[in-house]
Amino acid sequence: MNTVIHTHHLTKCFGTFTAVEDLSFKVARGEIFGFLGANGAGKTTAIRMLCGLLKPTSGAASVAGFNVFTQSEQIKRHIGYMCQRFSLYEDLTVAENIAFYGGIYGLSRKEIRLRSEQLYARIDLAHARHTLIRDLPLGWRQKLAFLSSLLHRPEIVFLDEPTSGVDPITRRQFWNLIYETAEEGITVFVTTHYMDEAEYCHRVLVMVAGRMAALDSPEALKRQYGATGMNEVFLALVRSEQP
Amino acid sequence: MKKLFGFIQKEFRHIFRDYRTLLIITGMPVAQVLIFGFAISTDVRQAPVAVLDYSRDVETARLADKIFASGYFRFAGALTGAGAIEPAFRQGKARMVIVFGNDFAQQIQSGQGFPVQLVADASDANIARLLTGYMQSIMADYLQTSRSFPQGVIPETKMLYNPGMRSVYMFVPGIICLLLMLLSCIMTSVSIAREKELGTMEVLLASSLRPVQIIFGKVIPYVAIAFTVGLVVLAMGYTVFRLPVAGNLCLLLGECLLYILLSLSIGLLISTVTRTQQTALMVSMFVMFLPAILLSGFIYPIANMPAPLQWLSAVMPPRWFIVIIKNIMLKGAGLAHVWKETLILAGMTAFFLTMSIRKLMVNG
Repeated sequence: MNTVIHTHHLTKCFGTFTAVEDLSFKVARGEIFGFLGANGAGKTTAIRMLCGLLKPTSGAASVAGFNVFTQSEQIKRHIGYMCQRFSLYEDLTVAENIAFYGGIYGLSRKEIRLRSEQLYARIDLAHARHTLIRDLPLGWRQKLAFLSSLLHRPEIVFLDEPTSGVDPITRRQFWNLIYETAEEGITVFVTTHYMDEAEYCHRVLVMVAGRMAALDSPEALKRQYGATGMNEVFLALVRSEQP
Repeated sequence: MKKLFGFIQKEFRHIFRDYRTLLIITGMPVAQVLIFGFAISTDVRQAPVAVLDYSRDVETARLADKIFASGYFRFAGALTGAGAIEPAFRQGKARMVIVFGNDFAQQIQSGQGFPVQLVADASDANIARLLTGYMQSIMADYLQTSRSFPQGVIPETKMLYNPGMRSVYMFVPGIICLLLMLLSCIMTSVSIAREKELGTMEVLLASSLRPVQIIFGKVIPYVAIAFTVGLVVLAMGYTVFRLPVAGNLCLLLGECLLYILLSLSIGLLISTVTRTQQTALMVSMFVMFLPAILLSGFIYPIANMPAPLQWLSAVMPPRWFIVIIKNIMLKGAGLAHVWKETLILAGMTAFFLTMSIRKLMVNG
């Protein structure tokens, strides 16, 4: 197995509050890794540590072969990141946003032009390239934000609740994009609190109150807890951890 | 470097696409200079003055002619008695009354005295002080020319650097100073707070851009805008109000640039500690703008403040910049005369820039 993310007893404390405690797992290349948990379970803290945005308190972790303590700059060059709020500039056009995100990763003009054509073709957006993001429907924005985070061909892409506030059909389309991306060998690390989405992941890690409560494929977890869906698995886990 | 260029390009797109804000940013300084320069003026021009003349002789007529020919005062009527003075003030007919005592010409010629009383409407103390000042200098001039009054020492005053005592000389540098501060500080703090609100700041920090590159990408476009605005205001002062630039123009522009950079770095620091555009705006306004006006020495002389406020004014950037800009523009001073103030501004800039870069790195 070709490991791209590796954490070992990773812990983050804010003062006396422990947000993430003793997190140990591995993620393989090309895997769709689901990161589940209720609000405040420590998902965002964990993802921020892995993206090099936050220094862990203790433990060890490597992302794309780089140490999160000492090599956060190299990590940033090899990952893509999309946050909850779609992170596009509303007063810029589609093309300008793409050019900007390509530019801050140091892509040349030619590369940007080439890759934006590919991007337009992929989600059929060529007609809207000079539209302001503000005038673009939410579903398109979300897909565009995702593909923008892939412009520099990262090894891993971190998606922090990418589907919040999007309708089921668009969410479905979005997951198709995620599958295509994983097939290209890019690892997708995705947090969500929609349990139906958890079913789409190759493996899921469930966090409860800052700790790792379970880590396995959705099928195995359902079997283990005698559940018919991930929703039941999740509730069972939360109940057992928080009586 | 290429990354930074892309960032700056994006920043300019934000600025030019939001043309309303751009219009305010560039239009406001121009309007303010015009308003301050033309309307809000403490110069005395055609102030209404009434005369109560008990002598009615040749000399009082000569002095009155001289006074009303000066252009500073306008004849607002002759009063008949002391009882008419206050009604004239209350009705707003006059701002000052000149009272000539009995036997004016005779007393002047014999050198016995100078029987003149000035009664001013001091409900506006500043104007009253100004009017009496102007009036006294006209009268002193009159006494010198009427050689019949030999006694008394009358000094000849000379107003250096602003011989016409025009208030525009004071206002234009002051406005440049405040506007550059306000513009730079608010523009940067709001633009970073906006990135935070949108969530794009997270993405920028997670990208391969370094915090320093983000800071410079934010600072450079606004330096350019603020500097252009500064140039426009200076040019207006020069053409419309004939404000002199006695010193070295390059030095003056260099100091402006330093001051803009300082204001921007304060804006940066504000934006790293606030979360929303609104808070950023409020903090910039209240923390920087109000104290900067009140304590910079622009309106109230620093020497008249109580000691604690004087110390507080020492940390206000405009206080030092006003000294610099006035010295260079009006007195033609060189770097040798303003190096101390320049050093203070440079030190402040370095301090605030390092603070905000460190703050951004800790957050990240």
